[in-house]
Amino acid sequence: MRGKCGLGLWTFVNVRAHDPPMPHDHSDHDHPHSLLPSDPALRVKALETILTQKGLIDPAALDEIIDTYENKIGPKNGAHVVARAWSDPDFKAALLDDADPVLAEMDYYGRQGEHMVVVENTDAVHNMVVCTLCSCYPWPLLGIPPGWYKSDAYRARAVREPRKVLAEFGVTLPEGQAVRVWDSTAEVRYLVLPQRPEGTEGLDEAALMALVTRDSMIGCGLAARP
Amino acid sequence: MRPEPVFEAPWHAQLFALTVHLNEAGHFAWPDWAERFGATLKRHGLGRELNGGDDYFMAWLDTLETLLTETGAAEAEALKDMRAAWEAAYLRTPHGAPVTLD
Repeated sequence: MRGKCGLGLWTFVNVRAHDPPMPHDHSDHDHPHSLLPSDPALRVKALETILTQKGLIDPAALDEIIDTYENKIGPKNGAHVVARAWSDPDFKAALLDDADPVLAEMDYYGRQGEHMVVVENTDAVHNMVVCTLCSCYPWPLLGIPPGWYKSDAYRARAVREPRKVLAEFGVTLPEGQAVRVWDSTAEVRYLVLPQRPEGTEGLDEAALMALVTRDSMIGCGLAARP
Repeated sequence: MRPEPVFEAPWHAQLFALTVHLNEAGHFAWPDWAERFGATLKRHGLGRELNGGDDYFMAWLDTLETLLTETGAAEAEALKDMRAAWEAAYLRTPHGAPVTLD
């Protein structure tokens, strides 16, 4: 997989080469034994086995968590919030004032007990989100972060030269629009409320949702035009 | 267009779920986790630039192993032995058959 960034700043190796193989996904059938998983994959298996044997974890719960993040939680949750904020001024006001109760009501509450803060883009300010410490991210609203969000390049440069980073994402802001970068922590995660695109006056919530990209809610993109 | 996979490798997903599960079961607080993980990322990123893929989860794995050995949930020696046991299991299992420890 490759990051979206055009300058090749974030290059991802094809890690699939290290995965435990499916029974027939390689051409060499002369192996007398199963292909050996990578070292980290074996270490994770070891952790899992020991913790299961001690009764500290329930393997079924792990499957449930993976299924949730692979299939149920993703940027569409955040897009739902944004589309509603675009459509309903009272909802938007409440969301910007104190997002936690509003999101809890929509069932988008953080599993780690973190606080959510929604920051609004305007003609005067464009907001952008980073985690310089590790990769704190609004999981319930956006799912698992993309590789580039976790890269050293983004984490260091988003703060130092946000306009350059934005340009690499294809976003050029008007000169008068300031850029504000929010540094996420374990306790506080941010969601950007992008500006509603022009020409969307007649659209309903579902149609608006389709315009809200993941990157626009991190502040590395703009909402799509219809 | 195929969507980007949520996790690039199955072990990334297993490790992520394991950590979230342990946190939810009360084995450690998330801010404590984030601080430790941030420190590991910093250490790993000293000599090279981490790309946020495999290297990111390698730092995650190092952090979790250290945390669990410190709390006594898993001993370093036991982890090493169990890793070796899984490796041996893969090497003795005929290709295509399910791999088990026994």
